[in-house]
Amino acid sequence: MIKAILIFNNHGKPRLSKFYEHYNEDTEQQIIRETFHLVSKRDENVCNFLEGGMLIGGSDYKLIYRHYATLYFVFCVDSSESELGILDLIQVKVFVETLDKCFENVCELDLIFHVDKVHNILAEMVMGGMVLETNMNEIITQVDAQNKMEKSEAGIAGAPARAVSAVKNMNLPEMPRNINIGDISIKVPNLPSFK
Amino acid sequence: MALKIVKGSIDRMFDKNLQDLVRGIRNHKEDEAKYISTCIDEIKQELKQDNIAVKANAVCKLTYLQMLGYDVSWAAFNIVEVMSSSKFTYKRIGYLAASQCFHESTDVIMLTTNQIRKDLSSPNQYDTGVALTGLSCFVTPDLARDLANDIMTLMSHTKPYIRKKAVLIMYKVFLKYPESLRPAFPRLKEKLEDPDPGVQSAAVNVICELARRNPKNYLSLAPLFFKLMTSSTNNWVLIKIIKLFGALTPLEPRLGKKLIEPLTNLIHSTSAMSLLYECVNTVIAVLISLSSGMPNHSASIQLCVQKLRILIEDSDQNLKYLGLLAMSKILKTHPKSVQSHKDLILQCLDDKDESIRLRALDLLYGMVSKKNLMEIVKKLMLHVDKAEGTTYRDELLTKIIDICSQSNYQYITNFEWYISILVELTRLEGTRHGHLIASQMLDVAIRVRAIRVFAVAQMATLLDNAHLLTGNMQRMGICEVLYAAAWICGEFSEHLENPMQTLEAMLRPKVATLPGHIQAVYVQNAAKLFATVLKNQEGNTDSTAAQETSQLMIDRLPLFVQSANLEVQERASCILQLVKYIQKLQQKDVEVAEEVCALFAGELNPVAPKAQKKVPVPEGLDLDAWINEPPSESESEDEQPKAIFAKEEPKHSRPRHTEVDEKELARRREARKQEQANNPFYIKASPSSQKAYQEAPGVEHIPVVQIDLSVPLKVPGLPMSDQYVKLEEERRQKERADKKKKEKKKRKEKRSGRGRKHDSGPESEEDITPAHMVDIVTEEMPENALPSDDDDKDPNDPHKALDIDLDKPLADSEKLPVRAHRAAEAPKSPAEDGEAENAASQEPKKKSSKEKREKKKDKDRDRKKSKEEKKKKKHKHEEKGEDLLGGQADEPVVQSEETNEVAALPTSTSAEVSDLDFWLSNAPVPSNTQEAATVAEAAPVPEAASGTAPDSEPEEPKDTEMEETKSSKHKKKKQKKEKEEKEKKKKKKHHHHHHHSDGGGEESVQNGTVEEEEPLPPMSNYCLLAENSYIKMMMEDADEVYDIQGNLQDGSQVVVSVIFENKCDSFLKSMEFNVLDSLNSKLQRPEGSGPHDGLTVPFQLPPGVSNEARFVFTVQSIVMPQKLKGTLTFIVKNEDSSTHEKLDFKLHFTCTSYLITTPCYSDAFAKLLESGDLKCSSVRLEGVIMPFHHLLARICFHHHFSVVERIDSCASMYSRSIQGHHVCLLVKTSGQTVSIDAKCDEPTLLGNVLDEIKQTFSQC
Repeated sequence: MIKAILIFNNHGKPRLSKFYEHYNEDTEQQIIRETFHLVSKRDENVCNFLEGGMLIGGSDYKLIYRHYATLYFVFCVDSSESELGILDLIQVKVFVETLDKCFENVCELDLIFHVDKVHNILAEMVMGGMVLETNMNEIITQVDAQNKMEKSEAGIAGAPARAVSAVKNMNLPEMPRNINIGDISIKVPNLPSFK
Repeated sequence: MALKIVKGSIDRMFDKNLQDLVRGIRNHKEDEAKYISTCIDEIKQELKQDNIAVKANAVCKLTYLQMLGYDVSWAAFNIVEVMSSSKFTYKRIGYLAASQCFHESTDVIMLTTNQIRKDLSSPNQYDTGVALTGLSCFVTPDLARDLANDIMTLMSHTKPYIRKKAVLIMYKVFLKYPESLRPAFPRLKEKLEDPDPGVQSAAVNVICELARRNPKNYLSLAPLFFKLMTSSTNNWVLIKIIKLFGALTPLEPRLGKKLIEPLTNLIHSTSAMSLLYECVNTVIAVLISLSSGMPNHSASIQLCVQKLRILIEDSDQNLKYLGLLAMSKILKTHPKSVQSHKDLILQCLDDKDESIRLRALDLLYGMVSKKNLMEIVKKLMLHVDKAEGTTYRDELLTKIIDICSQSNYQYITNFEWYISILVELTRLEGTRHGHLIASQMLDVAIRVRAIRVFAVAQMATLLDNAHLLTGNMQRMGICEVLYAAAWICGEFSEHLENPMQTLEAMLRPKVATLPGHIQAVYVQNAAKLFATVLKNQEGNTDSTAAQETSQLMIDRLPLFVQSANLEVQERASCILQLVKYIQKLQQKDVEVAEEVCALFAGELNPVAPKAQKKVPVPEGLDLDAWINEPPSESESEDEQPKAIFAKEEPKHSRPRHTEVDEKELARRREARKQEQANNPFYIKASPSSQKAYQEAPGVEHIPVVQIDLSVPLKVPGLPMSDQYVKLEEERRQKERADKKKKEKKKRKEKRSGRGRKHDSGPESEEDITPAHMVDIVTEEMPENALPSDDDDKDPNDPHKALDIDLDKPLADSEKLPVRAHRAAEAPKSPAEDGEAENAASQEPKKKSSKEKREKKKDKDRDRKKSKEEKKKKKHKHEEKGEDLLGGQADEPVVQSEETNEVAALPTSTSAEVSDLDFWLSNAPVPSNTQEAATVAEAAPVPEAASGTAPDSEPEEPKDTEMEETKSSKHKKKKQKKEKEEKEKKKKKKHHHHHHHSDGGGEESVQNGTVEEEEPLPPMSNYCLLAENSYIKMMMEDADEVYDIQGNLQDGSQVVVSVIFENKCDSFLKSMEFNVLDSLNSKLQRPEGSGPHDGLTVPFQLPPGVSNEARFVFTVQSIVMPQKLKGTLTFIVKNEDSSTHEKLDFKLHFTCTSYLITTPCYSDAFAKLLESGDLKCSSVRLEGVIMPFHHLLARICFHHHFSVVERIDSCASMYSRSIQGHHVCLLVKTSGQTVSIDAKCDEPTLLGNVLDEIKQTFSQC
C-alpha cells in the first residue's frame, strides 16, 4: 500500500499532497515538513530510499523519492510495494512522464497553478493507496476523455470564462516566466463547442 | 436559455478561480495568512450562493487551501452539494475535495450514501470512476456495508475501466466491512483471469494485500497464481505475485520446491532489475522455509548471493541498498554464505550514503563471531567518532549494543572490554540512548558476577566525573547512565575501593540538577554506601570517622528533602531520619553497622522480562473476582495493593519514570504515614526534625558552577577499550600456545591422529575461551512459565478481522446487504423482518428462537393496540439505532443469527485442500514451465472422480445435491432461487413461474389483516427473462435510467442488469449477449463492432454460480413500450466435451423503465400543475386490498415515482422521464377502489404508464 504521495519544491513548499490515510491538517503539514527535512538533506546520487519519518509510521514505511530540478516526488509505501517498482512508477513509465505529456514539458509552475489537474492524473494511476494503472497511454487516454467531457459540459458558457482567464494570465507580471512553458489555459478556446 | 447561461458565466468569470487564488498567494508573500483569511471569507460568501458553478469554484479553492494546512471541514456540506451536481466537471471537484478532507468522523458522510450509489450506477463511466476514486479515500464502515453490493456488481461491468476500479476498491470495503469478504471473494477470484490486464492487475493487487496479512487463507489460490506467474508478461503483476509467493512459502514448504525452478529461470532471463530483485527475495524466502527440510539448495543460495553481490557492487546506489537489504534476509538462515562477503559489507560501511551504511550495519549484526567481535566493534567505534548528525550516530550506538548483547552475550569473551566500550559510549554527545547504555551496564553488572569488581570501579569513576556527563544541557539523554552507575555502586558497594569518595560524589549539590528519578536512585544508593562505609569504619578503633560520615549525610541530605520530586523527597526524608537516629546511637558508642547493613542485605536476582505475565493462571482462579466483598470507597484507597510493590521499584533493572500524579502520591504518602504511625515496629521521626532542616541554610546560596563543555572530553582515568583489544590479543596468543603444548602432550600420550583440530590454522570459535570465567546468571523465570511469547500482536489491527476462511462454501445467508425500498412512512419492524427471514429459511433447529420471536410479535401487536405504542416504538428504535441510516441495519443481525448455520454446513474444504495437495505433490517439476501450468490445471481432474465437478468452486456440493433426482430438481431449484432472490433483493418471496411474461415479479400480499403499521412486503424488479436447462437469465429492466447529456443529444440511455445463473453442472463460457436492434432502441456496442455483433459477457460461470452484467441501450422515443428480441449464445464445457448452446429471450422495455425517480418539492409541484402545459388522464383500480402505504410504495418502487405529499388517503406523486417529461399523479383511495388522476406533457407516455400501473395491481 502507498500511504502518501507528496510533491514539494526545494524549499519544502507543498505542491501536491495526497494522503491515503487520514491525518488532520496540522499533522499533514508536520509530515510534509518532516519528510522534506529528511529528503532535502540527502546528497544527489545517493540512493532513493530511506526509512520513513517518525510521524508517518516509522521504519515500517519507506520513503521512495525522486528529485527533479526544483521538485521532490515522494512516495511513502509499506513493505508490500516493490521499491524499484515504485521508483519506476514515479519516473520511467508513469507519473512524471504522464505529467510531462499532459502539461507539455511540465515544470513547477504547472503544478502550482493546476494542482487539481495533477490530482486527476494521479487518480488514474493510484487509487486509495493501491496502484491502479501502470500503462501511461491508458492513463492519458482516460484523462483526455475526461477533460473532453469537461469541455463539452462547459460548452458555450465556458468559452468567455476561459477567454477572461487567458486575458488575466496575460496581464500578469509573472507571465514572462510562464510563457515558455505554454500555459495550458491559453490554448484553450475550444472550437468544437461552438458548432 | 443559452443567453442566460452565458450571462451568468460572465458574472462569474470575474470571480476568483483557483489560478487567481494561487497567484494572489504568491503575490502576498509577506502577509500570506492575512490574504488567505480574506480569501476564505470570499469563499464563504460564494458558498452561500445558489449557483453550483460558483460553489464548485469555491470548493476547488478550498481543496488547495487544505493542502496548505487550512482546516476546511466546515465546508463539508457544501462539498457534498458539489458532489451531487449532475455535471461531471463539478462532481469531480466535489469528489476530489471529499477525498482530501473527509474521514470516518465526518458526519455529513452519511448523507452521501444515496448520491454515491446513484453515481456508481451511472451509465457514464467517468461518473462512476470518479465516485469510486473518491470513495476509496473516505469509505466508512457504514458506506462499505451499504455499497458493497453495488460495487460488487460493478466488478463485472462491461467497461474494464470500471471493473478495475471496482476490484481495487473492494480491498477498502473488506477492511471496513469484513463480512463482505466471503460473499465477494468468488468474484474477486474470477477477476484474476479477466481478459483485461488492468483488471487482472487490480485483482492481483487486492489479493496480495489480503494475503500478506493472513497468508494461510490464500494458500489454495497458489495453483492459480502459479499459472499466472508462468503466463503473465506484465512485470508489475509478476512482482506482486512473486511477493505474494514470498508470503505463502513459509506456510507450505512444498510450494517452495515447486517455485524454485521457475523463479531461477526468471532470475536468469529477466532484464528488469525490479523483477530480478523480487525473484531473489522470494527465492530467499523459499530457502528459509526449506532450510529445515531440504538439505541441499546450495546452488540456489549461491545464485542469490552472487546476484546480490552484483547488485551491491553496482554503481547505482539504489541497487546497492536493495542488495544489502536482501542480503540481510539470507543472513538469518545461511550466515556462512554471507560471511564470505564481509569485505564488501565493511566497505559499504564507509559509503557516503547513510541509508546504505545503515543497511550494512544490519548485516554486521549477523557476521560477528567471538573472533572478530572486538575488531568489528573497534571499527564501529571509529565511525561513531567520525559520524556527523545524531541519527546515524545513535543508530551506530544501538547497533554496537545489539551486536554485543545478542544471544545472551554469546560473542563476548572479555566483559571488561565490553564495560569499557559502554563507558566510552557515554562520551557521546546528545544521544537519545542513554537509557540503553544504562540498562546494558545494569544487566552486565548483575548477571556477570565476575565482572562486578571491575564494573563498580568504572562506575565509581563515572560518578566521580559526573559533571562531564551533565555539564551540557544537550547531553541530558546520557545522564541516564548515572542512574545505572549509582545503582551499581550502591548495590555492589562491598567491591568499592574507596566507598567514602564515591559517597561524597553522590551527595554533591550538583546532583540536584539531575532528573528526579536519577536523584531518587542516588539517595537510595547513598544510603547503601553509607551502610558499607559504616561497616568498614566501625572495624577501626577510631569512631570519629564513622560519626563524620553520618554528619556528611545529615549535612547533604536536606538538599534532597527539599526536592520538588516527591520520590526524591520521600526517600531523602526517610533516610535522613534514619541517619539521625544512627548518629544518636553512635554518640552513645553503640555498634550499628550490622543492623544498618541488614537493611540492604540479600542478593537481587535478575528476572526475565514479562516473567510475571508468563505465569499461567491456575485453573479455577478468577483474578477479577473479589476475594472479599468490595470494601467501601475510603477503605479501598487505604489498602492500595500497589503500595506494596512501589518500594521495589528501584530494583527494576530499567530506569522508569514514576508517573503517578502528585495527588495520588501525596495520598499514598499520607496513607503510609498513617500506617507507619500505627506500626509499632516503625521507627518514628521526632516531631521537631521537620523544622530542623528547614532552618538549615538554603540551598540557593550554595554556588553551583556550570561547566559547559561543548567538546566531549575523555573521562579521565578510564581505561580505553583499545587496551583491552591488545590485552585480549595477547591473552589469546598465550592461550593458543598453551593449548598447543597441551595438544602436543596429548599427542605424545595418545597417538590417535584424529586431526580434528588444525592447530596451525585459524582458531575455530570454540577455541576462544573467555578471559574470565564468567558465570552468566540466567534470568529467573517462574516455574511452569508458558513458553509462548505471542502477546505482541496488535489487537487493533484491522486486518485481524479479515482472517476469514475463504475456502468454506458460501452459506446462503452470506450475501451482501442489498438496498431495499423503504416507504418513508412505514418503517420496517426489524424483529418481524427477522422472523420472515427465519420462517423462509425453514431451519428446524431455530424453532425455539422462532417461537420466541412469535411471542414477541404477538406482544408487539398487543402493544400496538395499547396506548404505550409510541414509547415501545422508540425503544425498538433504540435497539436498532442504525435502522435510520440505510435500511440494511437488520442484515448483520440476520447474519449473526446464521453463523451457526455456516459452521454447521458440511464443507468442501477437505476436497479443496486435497486439490492443493495434489498440485503440490506433483513432485517432478517439469522443466517446461508452460507444461507445469497445464499439469496444474489438469491436476484436479482425477481428484474429482467421485462425481463432483472438476472445478473447485465452493458451490459444488450444493449443486450435485440439487441435481440428484430429476423429480425433486424442480422443486429444489425453486427453493434455491427463492433464497437467492431473497438475498439479492432483501428477503423477497418470488413466484417465478407465474411471471413467465415480463411483468413485475412481486407476490401477493399474504397478510390479510390490514394494519397501518404492517411492514412492507419485499419487492424486486428482477423478473425472469428466459431459462433453459443450462442457464437462467433474470432481468432487472432499467432500474437505473439515466440521461447522459440532457439536451445536447437526443439519444437517451437505459441500463439493463441481467443476472445469469448457471443451472447445470458444467462450466459455461464464451457467453455472448446479442439483441436485434429496432429502429428505436439499440444496444450500445463497443466502437468498431458491427450493428449485429454480440457483446461478450465479461465473465464465465462455474456450475451453480450466478453473476450480473449490465448492458446499455440507446432509446430514441420513449413514449411507447417496446420489445426487443435477443439471443444468448454460450459454450457448455464438460470434462470431455464442449457444445454450443443458445437461448432466446425477449427484452421488454416498459414506459415505466424510462422514468427516473426524481424528488420534487410540493411548491414546485403545485407550480407545475398550475402551468397548464400538462395533459390529463385518469384510471380507476378496483378491488385493491392492501394498505395505502403499500400501494404507494409499490408505485414508487415499480414505477419509479416519488411521493410529493401525502394527506390521509390521498397522495401526490411525481416522476420524470429520461427525456424530461414530467409525470404527476394524484392517488386517492376509498375502500377497495383506488383512483389515479394523472398529468403529463406527453399523453401517449402517460397512457402507457397508467396501463402499466394498472397491470401491476391487477397481478396482486
